Amino acid sequence: MKKLLLPSIVVLALAACATEQAVEAPPVEDAPPKTSTTIPTITTPSRTSPIDPLDRAGNSVYFDYDSYVIRSEARPLIDAHAKRLAQEPGRKVTVQGNADERGSREYNLALGQKRAEAVRRALRLLGARDAQIEAVSLGEEHPACTEASESCYAQNRRGDFVYLGR
Amino acid sequence: MTKAPCPRLSHIFSGIVRLLYLAFLACVPTIVHADIDITVTGSGAKLFPVIIPVFENEASLPNAISEIVRADLERSGRFSLVDLGPLTLPESKTPDLAAMASRGADAVLAASVLPASGGRFEIRFRLFDTTRKDSNPELGGMLLHMSPAQHRLAAHRIADFIYEKLTGIPGYFATRIAYVVKSGSRYELQIADSDGMNAQTALRSPESIISPAWSPNGEQLAYVSFEARKPIIYIHTLATGQRKVLANFKGSNSAPAWAPDGKRLAVVLTKDGLSQIYLINADGSGARRLLTSSGIDTEPAWSPDGNWIYFTSDRSGDPQIYRAPATGGNAERVTFEGVYNVTPRPSPDGTKLAFLTRHEGRFRVAVMDLASRQIMPLTDSARDESPSFAPNSNMILYATDIGGRGMLSATSADGSVRQRLSIQAADVREPAWGPLQK
Repeated sequence: MKKLLLPSIVVLALAACATEQAVEAPPVEDAPPKTSTTIPTITTPSRTSPIDPLDRAGNSVYFDYDSYVIRSEARPLIDAHAKRLAQEPGRKVTVQGNADERGSREYNLALGQKRAEAVRRALRLLGARDAQIEAVSLGEEHPACTEASESCYAQNRRGDFVYLGR
Repeated sequence: MTKAPCPRLSHIFSGIVRLLYLAFLACVPTIVHADIDITVTGSGAKLFPVIIPVFENEASLPNAISEIVRADLERSGRFSLVDLGPLTLPESKTPDLAAMASRGADAVLAASVLPASGGRFEIRFRLFDTTRKDSNPELGGMLLHMSPAQHRLAAHRIADFIYEKLTGIPGYFATRIAYVVKSGSRYELQIADSDGMNAQTALRSPESIISPAWSPNGEQLAYVSFEARKPIIYIHTLATGQRKVLANFKGSNSAPAWAPDGKRLAVVLTKDGLSQIYLINADGSGARRLLTSSGIDTEPAWSPDGNWIYFTSDRSGDPQIYRAPATGGNAERVTFEGVYNVTPRPSPDGTKLAFLTRHEGRFRVAVMDLASRQIMPLTDSARDESPSFAPNSNMILYATDIGGRGMLSATSADGSVRQRLSIQAADVREPAWGPLQK
């Protein structure tokens, strides 16, 4: 690198008091572009329609605020999913936990996971196999309802059963 | 739903300086048409009057620089700019400081642009204190080489120099920020200069992206993507656009936090049940559990010396902030007031901890002095999130919600200065302040 300490700068450096010298900054180099010119663009395949063995019973269980306890009214639904999984060992389900939008996204992700985990444990106790179930969280990222109201938040505190196509 | 822009800030503080930056980001053919609107809300504290004249020979540059320097300083909320009109003050001469003082300026910049080889330019400047009667009035100077395309970075470096000389605090203008823009059902991870300009898209996705985290050298971002309908952690190299999976274990993978050495990250995995903190090498190998609790442990953040990991846990019932040695071992509780304290973010100088607290149903950013454990609320909006320190430990960027739309704001760590930085017509969230640019 070519350092050009020009006379005036030298004079300037000499003139400055000992602690406050003129400094030559590292040059603003021609760096590689800050971000790539090709922008990765994710396209997800159109959502495979979930195979839904329990359509009439519904595919969601709901939770109270800051809670991961399965309400008694959700028991029959979880029971039915567990039975189906036990009877069809080749079938796999993802339990997606969700949270309402208030507060930290990462903490809400963990709350959603706690809900999914509660459902996963219940399915296991009722006869489904470990390898059939993946408990994941979508946190507050997939709200079913987007208004800022308690009735809306309640719809977002839920666990969804999503069956993988086969 | 009200759409009143930021009504609270306006009646909390008195002096409002409103700057409108019209930026047309021609190179970003995206969902965002980008006017950047920055509002500075000052505390009424004394502003430092300074003259930043047009640089001598500045017209030879394809893009002006002095106006960017002025905008940086004004936006910081610590300076007032004394206008000198078209008059230039060449770097080679000491300005008439008495005359500058009589215009009301306490400091004045003398700056010149010179042509350099290869189409490059050299910027020379010196800063003077007009109030020093007995001692050398010169506060220092600098010489910068730049290509025409680097005019913004050069301007931010000059503003950083002035800011540090006059406030005693390192500047933060020559930095970048990362954030996520949501528009309809589309998401973009974007990188911009600290003033919101120069926005570039790093990733586009139809699914949510959260928790961007800068590597210590500023070359990579870790983040959580939901593109596979579950949270997976990626590491993205900005210069090449290449991304690779850091963690995709059974269950959820989230909350990446780089160790200060950049070789490892703390992450949150659920492969063994509930959300727990693991350490993983930056190449994705060697995941090992750091802590074990019966509840949620999440949002890890390293102390700058690498010795501690701060995190959020509900092990006592409510979510509170804890810290544990980065080598593992017993966790110690850090927050005790209130029932919701999350998102711990230690300052780069290790003296403070920013976090999110809920008080009477409102989510606010607060800061704790780590030596005294004193807590000070910094914001008073209803829905603030994601505090992130500037490298100088003096400014904190955070996400806020105005009229149902996400915006970015910044506050000084003492709460005296606030600014809003928003991209019009978009929902912006998950800000992360990057390291100083090399």
